[in-house]
Amino acid sequence: MSLVHATEVLGGEAYDVQGHFVGRVTELFIEPADQANRIARYLLGRDKYLPLLARYDQVSFVAPGVIKLNVEEKDLEHFHPNEGWLAVRKDLLDQQIIDTGGRKVVRVNDIDLTEHRTDGTVELRVADVDVGLTGATRRLLQGLVSPSMIRRLQKQLPTRLIRWELVNLIEPDPLRRVKLRITHQKLEKMHPADLADIMEELSPAERQAIIASLDEQTAAEALAELDARLTSQIVEKLPPGRAADIIEEMEPDKAADVLAGLSPEVSHDVLEEFSREDARQMTALLKFDEASAGGMMTTDFIHVAETSTRAEVVAWIRSKDVKMEQLDTIFLIDSEAKLSGTVAVARLLLGPDEQVVAELKSVPLLSVPPEEEVKEVFELFDKYNLRSLGVVDNGGRPIGAITVDDVVTRLRAH
Amino acid sequence: MNLTTINERVERWRQGAVRVQRRSRHTWRRLALLLAVLGPGLITSNVDNDAGGISTYSLAGAQFGYLLLWSLIPMTIALYVTEEMCARMAVVTGKGLSDLIREEFGFRPTFFVMVTGFLVDLGNVVAEFAGVASAMEIFGVSRYIAVPIAGFVVWVLVLRGTYRQVEKVFLALCTFYLAYLFSAILAKPDWLDAARHTVIPTIQFNTGYLLMLTALVGTTIAPWQFFYLQASFVEKRVGPRQYPQARADVIAGSITCMVIVFFIIVSTAATLYVSGHRNISDAADAARALVPLAGRWAAMLFAFGLLNASLFAASILPLSTAHVICEGLGFEAGIDRKFSEAPIFYWLYTILIVAGGGLILIPKAPLWRILVLSQVANGVWLPIVLIFMILLINRRDLMGNQVNSRTFNAIAWITSVAMIVLTLVLIYFSVFHPDAAPGALL
Repeated sequence: MSLVHATEVLGGEAYDVQGHFVGRVTELFIEPADQANRIARYLLGRDKYLPLLARYDQVSFVAPGVIKLNVEEKDLEHFHPNEGWLAVRKDLLDQQIIDTGGRKVVRVNDIDLTEHRTDGTVELRVADVDVGLTGATRRLLQGLVSPSMIRRLQKQLPTRLIRWELVNLIEPDPLRRVKLRITHQKLEKMHPADLADIMEELSPAERQAIIASLDEQTAAEALAELDARLTSQIVEKLPPGRAADIIEEMEPDKAADVLAGLSPEVSHDVLEEFSREDARQMTALLKFDEASAGGMMTTDFIHVAETSTRAEVVAWIRSKDVKMEQLDTIFLIDSEAKLSGTVAVARLLLGPDEQVVAELKSVPLLSVPPEEEVKEVFELFDKYNLRSLGVVDNGGRPIGAITVDDVVTRLRAH
Repeated sequence: MNLTTINERVERWRQGAVRVQRRSRHTWRRLALLLAVLGPGLITSNVDNDAGGISTYSLAGAQFGYLLLWSLIPMTIALYVTEEMCARMAVVTGKGLSDLIREEFGFRPTFFVMVTGFLVDLGNVVAEFAGVASAMEIFGVSRYIAVPIAGFVVWVLVLRGTYRQVEKVFLALCTFYLAYLFSAILAKPDWLDAARHTVIPTIQFNTGYLLMLTALVGTTIAPWQFFYLQASFVEKRVGPRQYPQARADVIAGSITCMVIVFFIIVSTAATLYVSGHRNISDAADAARALVPLAGRWAAMLFAFGLLNASLFAASILPLSTAHVICEGLGFEAGIDRKFSEAPIFYWLYTILIVAGGGLILIPKAPLWRILVLSQVANGVWLPIVLIFMILLINRRDLMGNQVNSRTFNAIAWITSVAMIVLTLVLIYFSVFHPDAAPGALL
C-alpha cells in the first residue's frame, strides 16, 4: 500500500489501455454518498475538447505525474458537474477545515492518498490531510523540480497530518452540505468552549452554517461561550423560532445577556417565540441594568423551606430536573418566603437524614438587592469566598442567584 | 385573578421591558457602535504617514513649494477607493485578504505575494527605525541607544498587550499627528497660495517633478496597508450591519491622512522652499533646517511628529506582516497564542524587528540604498496586490451584489496602471540616472 499525494496526481498525464495519451488529470472527485474516502472520479482535461471522466475501477496504475487506464478512451463518460461530489482541488486544497482531534481550524496544503490494488484496478483513498511544511513545499515545487527530489526534500521536514476521519469540512451552503453528507456530529462531541474558539476563527457564513446544523443544546452551549458581539450577529441571522429554541436552552442569565445584545426588533421577535413562562422570566431579567446584580443573576436557583430535613431536600432535588450548575448552593426561605439562609450542597452529604437544613446554613447571611453595583458583588465574592450569592427584592424575598462563574466571566470582561 | 388578566399583565410586562431596553440602548448603541468600529481605517491611514512618507512630503514641500499640493485630492480618492474595497471584502466575506488570495488563487501565487511582502516590509521596517534614529538624534540621543530601546518597547508592547489595549494606544498616537498642524501654523505660510495650488493642478514635465510625484503616490498608497486594514475589520467582527460605520471610518482615515500630508508639505514649503534651503535629504534634515526659519518649537514639533510616526509604523508593520504571511500560508498566528503554539509567527515578527532595527546600527550601512530599494519594492508590489483585489472584489460568488461599481473599478484600475507606469519611471531613474533627484527617492 503505497502513498501518493494529490498534488502529484493533479496535472499528471493519463494514458488509456493501448498507451494513447487521453488528457491531463485536472480534478479528483470523492462521492461521499457512496464512500467517504475513495477517489471516485478522475477529471481528464483535454484542452479544446470536452473533458472526460474516469471511474475508479477504470484506473490500473497511479504514480506521480501519470495514471494508466484499463479501458479505451471511447469507454470514458463525459463530464457533467455534480453538486454531490467533493472536488479535491476546488473544495479541499487551500481551504479551511476543522481538525476535530486537535480542535482547531487549519488550512489544507495537500491530500495524502493511499493505493489499494484489486485485480487490475487501483483505488486511491484519502488517508490524511497535510497541513504542514511538507505539503507546502510540494505545492511550491511541483512541476519545477522532479517528484523524487521533492520526496527526498520533504523527508527532512516535520510533518503535520490530520487523519481524514477527524476532518470536519465547512460548507456554508446548506443544500450542498446535505448532498456531501457533511454532519457536525464530531463537533457536537467537543467541549463547547473549544467549539466556540473554532467558530471565532471562521467567517460569518461558516459560523452560521455550523450553528444551523448543531442540535439546540450544543448550539446554546457554544453560543454562551462566544464573544457577545459574535453571538448577537449569529442570533440575528437565525429565524426567530430557531433562535428562541436555542436561547431557551441557555441558563436564564446568559439568555438575558444574549437578548439584551440583539437589536430591539429582533429581541422582540425572538421573545414572541418563547414559551410564556420563559418570556416572563426573560422580561423580568431584561429590566435590570447589565452592570447591576440583577443583570448578572440567574432566576434558576433552588430554594427550600428552612424547616425541611436533609432527607426531604435530597429527595426533592432527586425528583426535580436540576441542572448541575445550580447544584452548588441551596437557598432557604422562612414562612414569609424571605431569604433566611444558604446551605452549601456539599454539607448535605454529611450529617443524619433527619437533621433540619436550617442547622447547616452558612454564616453570615449575605444577599444583595438587584440594583447593587457589580463592583460590590465582586467584593462580596472575594471577601467571603462565595460560590453563590442570593439576590432579594425589597421584601427580602429571593428573586435570583449569582454564581461564581458569572463573576469570573464578568471580571474577565472588565 | 383569572387567566386573561394574567396574560394581559405578562404582555404589558413584556412590552414594558422591550421599551425600557429600547430607550436605554438607543443613544448608547449608536455611539458605542461607531466607537467600536472606528479604528482600523483611522489607524491604517495614519500609519501611512510613516518615516518614509514624512521624508517624502517634507522634500516635496522643500523642493517644489506648494506646486504638488494638487496631487493630494486625487490621492485621497484613490486611497479611499482602494481601502473601501478592503473594508467591503472584510464585511462581506469575513476573511482576510491573504486568506482570500490563498483560497481563490492557490498556493503558489500566495507564496509569491507573501515572500515579496516580507522583503518589502522588511525594507519598510528599516525605514521606520531610521526615522526613529534621526528623530532622536535631533533631540540629542544617540541612535545606538534610541533604536534598541524603541525596538524593545515595540516588541513588548505588542507581545504583552491585548488587541484592545494596543489599539487604544495606537488611537492615542494618532492624535500626536496634530504636531504637524502646529508646526505648519508656526511656519506662517501663505494659506491663500497653498489653497489655490491644492485645487488648481500645476503640471510640469521635468524629471525632478515626475520623480517627486511618483514618490508621493508610492509612499501614500502602500500595499501592506490593505492586508492590515482588512484583517483589522475581520478581527473586529464588523458585520454588514456596521458597514456604514466602517465606511465612515475609512473616509475619516483617508481624509485625516491627507490633511496631515497637507500640513507637512505646507510647513516645509513656507520655510525651506521660500528661503531657498531646498537641498535637504530627509525629514530630520528638514527639522534641523526649520530651526532658524520657524523657530526651535516648530522644529521640535516636526521631529516629534517624525518620532511618533516612525514608532507607530514600527509597531504595526512587523506585526501585520507576520500575521498576513502566517494566515496566507496556513501557519498559526496571533498575539493571543503562545510562542510554542505559533512559533513561525513569533519568529517572523522578531526577525522583522531585530533585522530592521539592527541594520540601522551597522556603522556606514548603505541605508540610503536600502530605503530606495524598499520604496521601489513597494511600488512593484502595489499593483500586484491591487490587481488581486480587483479580481476578488468583482467575483459575484464571493461578494454577491456587493461587487465593485463601474466607477470604483475604473478608479482602482487607473491607480494600478498609474502605479505601474510611475514605478517603471522610478526604476529607470534609480538605475540609469541615480543622481537625478536622490532625495526624492526616499
